[in-house]
Amino acid sequence: MSWQDKYKPVIGLETHAELKTASKMFCGCVNDPFGAKQPNSHTCPVCLGMPGGLPVPNKKAIEWTLKIGLATDCEVNLFSKFDRKHYFYPDLAKGYQISQYDLPFCYGGKLETSQGIIGIRRVHLEEDTAKLLHKKIDGKDVSLIDFNRSGVPLVEIVTEPDIRNGAQAKEYGKKMRQLLRYLDVADCDMEQGGMRLEANISLRKKGTKELPSYKVEIKNINSFRFMEQAIDYELERQAKILDSGETPQQETRGWDATKNQTFSQRSKEEAEDYRYFPEPDIPPIRFTEDQVEKIKSALPETPQQVAGRWEKDYELTAAQAAQLSTVESESELAWLDSILKLLNQQKLDIQLFANDLINKKLSVTQKLTPEEVVKRFESLHATEEIDGGELAGLIQEVLKNNQDAVEKYQAGEQQVLGFLMGQVLGKIDKKLDPKQVRNALQTALED
Amino acid sequence: MLNQLTLTQTIEGLKKNQFSLDELYQAVDQAIGKKNKKLNAYLTLNEKSLATAKKQSKKALMGVPIAVKDNFCTAELRTTASSKVLDNFQPPFNATVVNKLEENGGVVLGKTNLDAWAHGSSTETSDYGRTLNPRNTDYLPGGSSGGSAAAVAADMCIAAIGSETAGSIRQPAAWCGAVGVKPTYGRVSRYGVAAMASSTDSPGPITKTVEDGAVLLNAIAGHDPLDATTNEEKSPDFTKLIGKSIKGLKIGYIYHDTEGLEMVNEKLESQLPVLEKLGAKVEKASALDPHYAIGVYTVVQRAEVSSNLARYDGIRYGNDRSYFCHEAKKRQMLGTYTISRATEINTYQLAQKVRTLFVEDMKKLFSKYDILVSATSPGFAKKIGATEGSAMFGELEDMLLEPSSITGYPGINVPFYHDPQTNLFLGMSLVVPMWEEQKMFHVADAFEKNTDWNTWRKQS
Repeated sequence: MSWQDKYKPVIGLETHAELKTASKMFCGCVNDPFGAKQPNSHTCPVCLGMPGGLPVPNKKAIEWTLKIGLATDCEVNLFSKFDRKHYFYPDLAKGYQISQYDLPFCYGGKLETSQGIIGIRRVHLEEDTAKLLHKKIDGKDVSLIDFNRSGVPLVEIVTEPDIRNGAQAKEYGKKMRQLLRYLDVADCDMEQGGMRLEANISLRKKGTKELPSYKVEIKNINSFRFMEQAIDYELERQAKILDSGETPQQETRGWDATKNQTFSQRSKEEAEDYRYFPEPDIPPIRFTEDQVEKIKSALPETPQQVAGRWEKDYELTAAQAAQLSTVESESELAWLDSILKLLNQQKLDIQLFANDLINKKLSVTQKLTPEEVVKRFESLHATEEIDGGELAGLIQEVLKNNQDAVEKYQAGEQQVLGFLMGQVLGKIDKKLDPKQVRNALQTALED
Repeated sequence: MLNQLTLTQTIEGLKKNQFSLDELYQAVDQAIGKKNKKLNAYLTLNEKSLATAKKQSKKALMGVPIAVKDNFCTAELRTTASSKVLDNFQPPFNATVVNKLEENGGVVLGKTNLDAWAHGSSTETSDYGRTLNPRNTDYLPGGSSGGSAAAVAADMCIAAIGSETAGSIRQPAAWCGAVGVKPTYGRVSRYGVAAMASSTDSPGPITKTVEDGAVLLNAIAGHDPLDATTNEEKSPDFTKLIGKSIKGLKIGYIYHDTEGLEMVNEKLESQLPVLEKLGAKVEKASALDPHYAIGVYTVVQRAEVSSNLARYDGIRYGNDRSYFCHEAKKRQMLGTYTISRATEINTYQLAQKVRTLFVEDMKKLFSKYDILVSATSPGFAKKIGATEGSAMFGELEDMLLEPSSITGYPGINVPFYHDPQTNLFLGMSLVVPMWEEQKMFHVADAFEKNTDWNTWRKQS
């Protein structure tokens, strides 16, 4: 009996993404931590935590957070606020992070994956921390702090514990990244830390309703592949512990990509006390239904919605539609959409086109107009006329020169047909219709 | 003596070329030279003040020297908040109030002493020694803006800037016999002021007369894009109602039958007929017991203090946390406790609920009255050392001001009694509805002009 028969995985993901607004979350500093020429060049009294520095929220970042929420079917809290989350770390200038506690901007959404719907618990806005660099200078180990990242708008998207395995987590992560890029609100550069993932993983006994008494958090995963591996590894590890009659430790673990295993970073016996309280420097934020509606109606059709439409209108399979719509910009999706529309108008084979694109038989970029793409598609499949007698002559010549292949075919080896086809097509400098050649060849062989 | 001039008189004199900026600054410098060593009102003096003043002389405030509390960041002068944590902290920027002051022709003459981090009502918790009351040096000046109030009372400046969280402008003004203005929360920017309790901190003037207070508030008030809690509407001219009749105004005298208030109640009641004679209607009014306001304030302020002081870790600037004085440590510990999960009930949220009751009480009072009057402080200035062993010294001293502090309402202190034996003063507190500071200047000015308690008015 495998562990899947005994336990059910309980997996939730927290995704942090840096928004690419022009300025930081709570001050006017340039928001470009990766592009900065010098460390600590994009700083001011606010993001350095100087005495009397006060946060003024970035309206664009708030609007974008609502955009993300609405694009994932979330509700919007019409009355919301920021809160202070307290902890000490040298990269946290003020000794607290401005975040959102009990009233996130958005809640209760969802994202579809091929393995089912994943609930989105909340989407909230906060600020990023500075970056610590541990270096050796003049033989001495030192820790340096670069505050260019301090105060960069950071959106946090938390799922419900609906995820079943590493593959689904990976698909969710990729879809979320695609959506954020598509909405044009975040670059999600995972190498640089522009998008960061955390997974909460536990197993519960099948048939029980309550959540497990422990939770293992995997932090700082910087690739989807590692996340998938870490989750699957962790499920196996926890199942073994449960099988032995024990409960896995509540802890934070990391992923060792060379050993391909998770390792313990820090045990979390008790929930941390962040001493949340409402941020007194920022008045509460109110939205009207109209404001929310305006943002909602300005949302582009999401790739998922477009894929659904393609399935319905052009009879593409779900897999074809999903693969074809996996693009990272609104303009690319619109471009593809108009190509399909054109193919449809001209009564061309859209399924064939989709397969050509997916199998990379047809390689086109947005530099081409939809009309040009359709032309290329047509020419890919264009054939030239050949006189029936000329073709029969060619075939006879090929059959004469390949007697052993003919014998093989007649003995039942169907696959030599392909070889013979190749021989025929190679004899003439014309693009023949393969169907016509095949039929003629079969007739000749069966004579 | 030019240093004894009020702000209004100084501007007038400079306009009419009755004296020069050189003469003015010389007189002020002399006063500082003579008195500051004993009084300890200034922690840092601006060597370039006169030179700056000469560049400012075309603007509204004409280059007058203003004392600024040392919790306002100044790019040219070290800023300590009277704590050794910031012993040699040189901010790279000016507080908005300092910028506004300079844009309007004011000059930062020096930085004044306060209770460390503004924690206190005596100036005794300063890491740079206590300030003494210029009216009688056996007594305390009050606080936390004690240095600013003392600088005004000792004529070591023309006017001063302080900041109030709960009484920190009005109470030292009362103890030093000066005028203290606490504007509506959000009227004056907090940007660049070392935060104490963010939800109540209000910078404001400490001046020699009520009119001076209105003139100085005109210079520093207004929306600040760097402070999200400032009012976006344009500030009115705060001097507008000064000199107009107060006839027909309804004044509620907030009477608390509380032990320890008998003396000030009696003295205040003897002065209320002044307002009645001017045509106002004065009526005894009852308000929520201010002891509850102390509770609310203590919880909210300690919570915010524990959060606001978290940034002083000594990593980016300043000294490490071992440099915090006893009072600051105590407040941070209590504040940390009130917002932690250590308590079964959420103390902070509970306090916010009671705070709402005070807001409702204020609204109710102002549905009946135009203005509320009470004593500023339960008594005269206390003797040196009075705070020792009295953990809640400030809260009790500021009891009568806390309802308006926690609700954000504006108020003013104006002297209403002088004891010839000790040379100490009592102050009257006038509180008006949100954003209606004009009214408090109106009535306070009428009272000041029709009595002899203000020492600067007496001179002229």
